[in-house]
Amino acid sequence: MTTIDYRQDFPILKTRVNDEPLTYLDNAATSQKPQAVIDAMADFYANGNANVHRGVYTLAAQATDRYEAVRDQVAQLLNAARREEVFFTRSTTDSLNWVVQTYGEQFVSAGDEIVVAVMEHHSNLVPWQQLAIRKGATLKYVGLQPDGQLDLEDARKQITAKTKIVAVTQASNVLGVTNPIKTLARLAHAQHAVLVVDGAQAVAHMPVDVQALDADFYAFSAHKVYGPTGVGVLYGKYALLEQLTPAQFGGEMISDVDWQTTEFAAIPERFEAGTPNVCGVIGLGAALTYLQRVGFATVQTIEKRLTAQLLDGLTQMPGITVYGPQTVADHGPVVAFNVENVHGHDVATGLDLAGVEVRAGHHCAQPLMRYLHVSATVRASVGFYNNEADVERFLTALKSVKEFFES
Amino acid sequence: MSLLRLKALYQTVILEHAQAPHHFGTVPDAQTVTLHNPTCGDEINVQMVIQDHQIKQIAFTGSGCTISQASASIMTDVLAGQPVAVAQQRIANFSTLITGDTLTADEQHALGDAAVLATVAEFPTRIKCATLAWHAADQLLTMGDDADGRTK
Ligand SMILES: Cc1ncc(COP(=O)(O)O)c(C=O)c1O
Repeated sequence: MTTIDYRQDFPILKTRVNDEPLTYLDNAATSQKPQAVIDAMADFYANGNANVHRGVYTLAAQATDRYEAVRDQVAQLLNAARREEVFFTRSTTDSLNWVVQTYGEQFVSAGDEIVVAVMEHHSNLVPWQQLAIRKGATLKYVGLQPDGQLDLEDARKQITAKTKIVAVTQASNVLGVTNPIKTLARLAHAQHAVLVVDGAQAVAHMPVDVQALDADFYAFSAHKVYGPTGVGVLYGKYALLEQLTPAQFGGEMISDVDWQTTEFAAIPERFEAGTPNVCGVIGLGAALTYLQRVGFATVQTIEKRLTAQLLDGLTQMPGITVYGPQTVADHGPVVAFNVENVHGHDVATGLDLAGVEVRAGHHCAQPLMRYLHVSATVRASVGFYNNEADVERFLTALKSVKEFFES
Repeated sequence: MSLLRLKALYQTVILEHAQAPHHFGTVPDAQTVTLHNPTCGDEINVQMVIQDHQIKQIAFTGSGCTISQASASIMTDVLAGQPVAVAQQRIANFSTLITGDTLTADEQHALGDAAVLATVAEFPTRIKCATLAWHAADQLLTMGDDADGRTK
């Protein structure tokens, strides 16, 4: 058992759903917010609100300082070589589209190849697919090994001299696997391609070092790391950022505007056109401070234990298929499964009536569903504030739902 | 767990339709419409042969949850053999029912087993599952009527 009860920090965990205590097991979709984040955001609007990078007055300077301090925090979290390599977007989706609209537009031409994994979330797939259509490039997929891990042999075949971009997720939002990013970076760089990493499912669960990974671009969302919705991060290697033309223009991103021409601001302001989500970024800062105080050692110990409990419970229940690796050693805190002869939606509605909130559907990964020959799965995903009782309630409710539909 | 509420949604009639759907399969020379529920990947394909402003044949295929399969099965029972105008009225009435509004006793009676789907109104996240097949049928009736009108 944990000595500190982190649940106290998350007010929503005290609410009830359908007259049952809330059992929140949809952390892969979005994580709940600690009081520290809620307070930081309320405090900003109550006491610190001003626009950033514009005013000469004290309040504006303080808001700018708080906003920029979060850039330092994120740079530290990801071990970026320079703070200017980090900028703020709306979400992972926005960050990835940003790379497509700048790097992709500038460097992909007809006949080139873009390589993704079959497990990609639509956010790291549809933008590349549409770019490939626009440019006359080819979108190629890296498949899976039988146990659901990325097939590195296949990656070696798919990444060729024609490859310009390799875009993969660090951790799958369905299979629970973590991909060998360093190896993929070596394969991509050997062919002079860049590696774009979708970190949406990684940053809340493991320490990330973009330099050690040798990722060229790295994206994540604040709302999956205990922060607010509406804020995303994009990291890019400075040497690459220097080559890019902004995709959005307007306020904040300029240094001088003349009648016919504009001189752009330095990086990173160059890539942050318009008023950013200042309060959201401050909320992200509070979330990262909170997460680092808990520490990844604690996060991983708790999440491993709960994932093992989930996997054990599910694999021992007859008529359940778990997708992805069956062993906890290869498994992140996301477990997708199906109940034989019962559709995922029906399972999820049954669980919801017991206050157990899980996701059912294609999880924004329809190509993966096709690859697995399923139309939908149920997904339970834990965070460090979940406990054994949550997993127990889930397994008990699942058993009764199963029995209901089997009878 | 509230098994009672689960039973209210998944009434025996619904479970029976889902387990052994009526008019499941394909009819030759039919017009077809396939609709997807993008949030869950459910897919329903409805087929109709319309002649003389009447549904002569109806069938469906597809995959999805209990609610979507049962609702499709019930829909085929409710619409089979009906004149287009009656079928369109029944589809409109079903839509009223599923969003929680009441129907007259006669209207409800005409909807047959579909009346039990009224409880879906209490499960807002599942309304789309129940309406998918009916939307497909509605599109077919509009198309069929046009085609029919032209050939006459
Ligand atoms: C692997 C992965 N990539 C991308 C996303 C998209 O994140 P967002 O919706 O915050 O842009 C998600 C989450 O939904 C995800 O799980």
